Amino acid sequence: MFKNNLSQVYAWLLITPALILMGLFTHIPSFTTLISSFFSTGTKKFPSKFIGFENYELALDDPIFLEAVLNNLWYAVATIIPSVFLAILMALFVDSKIKGRVLVRMAYFTPTILPMIAVSNIWLFFYTPEIGLIDQIAINLGFGSQNWLGDKETVLNCLILITIWKEAGFFMIFYLAALQNIPPELKEAAKIEGASKYYFFRRITFPLLMPITLFVVINATLNSFKLVDHLFILTKGGPDNASNLILYYIYESAFSFLDSSYAATLTVILLLILAIVSIVQFVLFDKRIHYR
Amino acid sequence: MKKYFKNFSIELFSAWILALFWISPLLYAFWAAFHPNEYAIHFNVLAPLTLENFIEAWEQAPFARYFFNTFLIVSSILIAQFIVCTLAAYAFARYNFYGSNILFAIILIQLMIVPEVLIVENYKIMTNLNLVDTIFGVGLPYMASAFGIFLLRQTFKTIPKELEEAARVEGCKLFGILLKVYVPLAKPTYLAYGLVSVSYHWNNFLWPLVITNSVDTRPLTVGLAIFGAPESGVNWSIISAATLLSISPLLLGFILFQKQFIQSFMYAGIK
Repeated sequence: MFKNNLSQVYAWLLITPALILMGLFTHIPSFTTLISSFFSTGTKKFPSKFIGFENYELALDDPIFLEAVLNNLWYAVATIIPSVFLAILMALFVDSKIKGRVLVRMAYFTPTILPMIAVSNIWLFFYTPEIGLIDQIAINLGFGSQNWLGDKETVLNCLILITIWKEAGFFMIFYLAALQNIPPELKEAAKIEGASKYYFFRRITFPLLMPITLFVVINATLNSFKLVDHLFILTKGGPDNASNLILYYIYESAFSFLDSSYAATLTVILLLILAIVSIVQFVLFDKRIHYR
Repeated sequence: MKKYFKNFSIELFSAWILALFWISPLLYAFWAAFHPNEYAIHFNVLAPLTLENFIEAWEQAPFARYFFNTFLIVSSILIAQFIVCTLAAYAFARYNFYGSNILFAIILIQLMIVPEVLIVENYKIMTNLNLVDTIFGVGLPYMASAFGIFLLRQTFKTIPKELEEAARVEGCKLFGILLKVYVPLAKPTYLAYGLVSVSYHWNNFLWPLVITNSVDTRPLTVGLAIFGAPESGVNWSIISAATLLSISPLLLGFILFQKQFIQSFMYAGIK
């Protein structure tokens, strides 16, 4: 709109606050993270020095880190698939004209607005052996007691269940928006043709929901690498790192083991993972636009 | 008629079962918080109601201070975000300046790299700025938001330029135009972004945990995590009460303005 020199100055002045803040807390720290990953953590006796890729070699040989990566991958896959399935189901329920749909929608969505810390506090008691709600039900049904969060076999799946509970309602609203955008003529045409409800869903609704599913899956993947609050309350990554996730291990490395260079190295790897996921999103969305 | 009724009831039934199942953990927390501890695991319709757990929780930890801290953090972030993002979004929407496309792409990187991921380096920066354990330090990394800039830019672009020119003819300067033309017309975007921002920062945990280490700066989430830690030896009913206390403002807001909340999340997510 404006193209003279004065407006150039104005434009730059307008974006300066944003640029300074963002540079200071996003771009510069990303860069310094990369730099620190090539140095050793300095102590009083041994000052920090350049060690090349040594930290990276250490990370690739670190069984705890590798376990955290594998955990994170399983955590991502096992939360996303059921969440998407439930979200579609919830959206279909809420979109149909059932009685009390406002209340139903509220029930589905409420976990989304709760802090993960509060959610963990509530669920912690469910998982408590013997007196917890799940064990009480299990014992009454004749099963034995189980230390859900203390068992390496079950702990990660317990976290996954909580995350599904918290996220499904959030994804529901995107499907709801998509459902409301499906032209009603399609439904009428299907009715005239005598298509069953299931057939209509499989051939019309589901394909039309695909772009939203892509969006949801990508965002859920990014989330599964960024949200580790529940670990602080429920497991602290244990037992024996069976529920450790990458970002939690970064926190431990930096603030419990005080090895900030190693934490920086792990951060670089995490940033790489996030970048790859984002690029996949970018490429896929670009394709979708071309198809139109 | 018969067929209609059948379909109707199966859908209704499963929708409600799922809804009850979904809300039950929260209902359970309510049950535990409003009853004496011995009833936390023994359901009994006749169990006496009590507010004792809330009183105990309130007395055992400085929740009033935590509330105040969270309120300060959330509102300072929101105000700063509105100002910083409005200015930048206006520049990106209406000025054709050198490097604007590249700069916009650079800003959007923040959508991927949120400050939580950079806790290690951001902690060092805060140490250098002498802002460790300050309320300002909790909020500062979030005050420029790529997401906010993006949302507002999209909205500003849809506002007819004629309105701006008319305001200019009336003698409005830059800030007058922003305040009298752009901000009022973008109200729904501010509301949507504001609700998303408030619920995000009310719930945020990792960065506040790292950067705060005293009662005077800790937000509710961090205070609640310390309060609920097994080492603290507090009983389940009191933890439930504390948990409900700390989520009550947001929960109440959500129940009262459910439609706006859901629409805001929808709007903000789909853009």
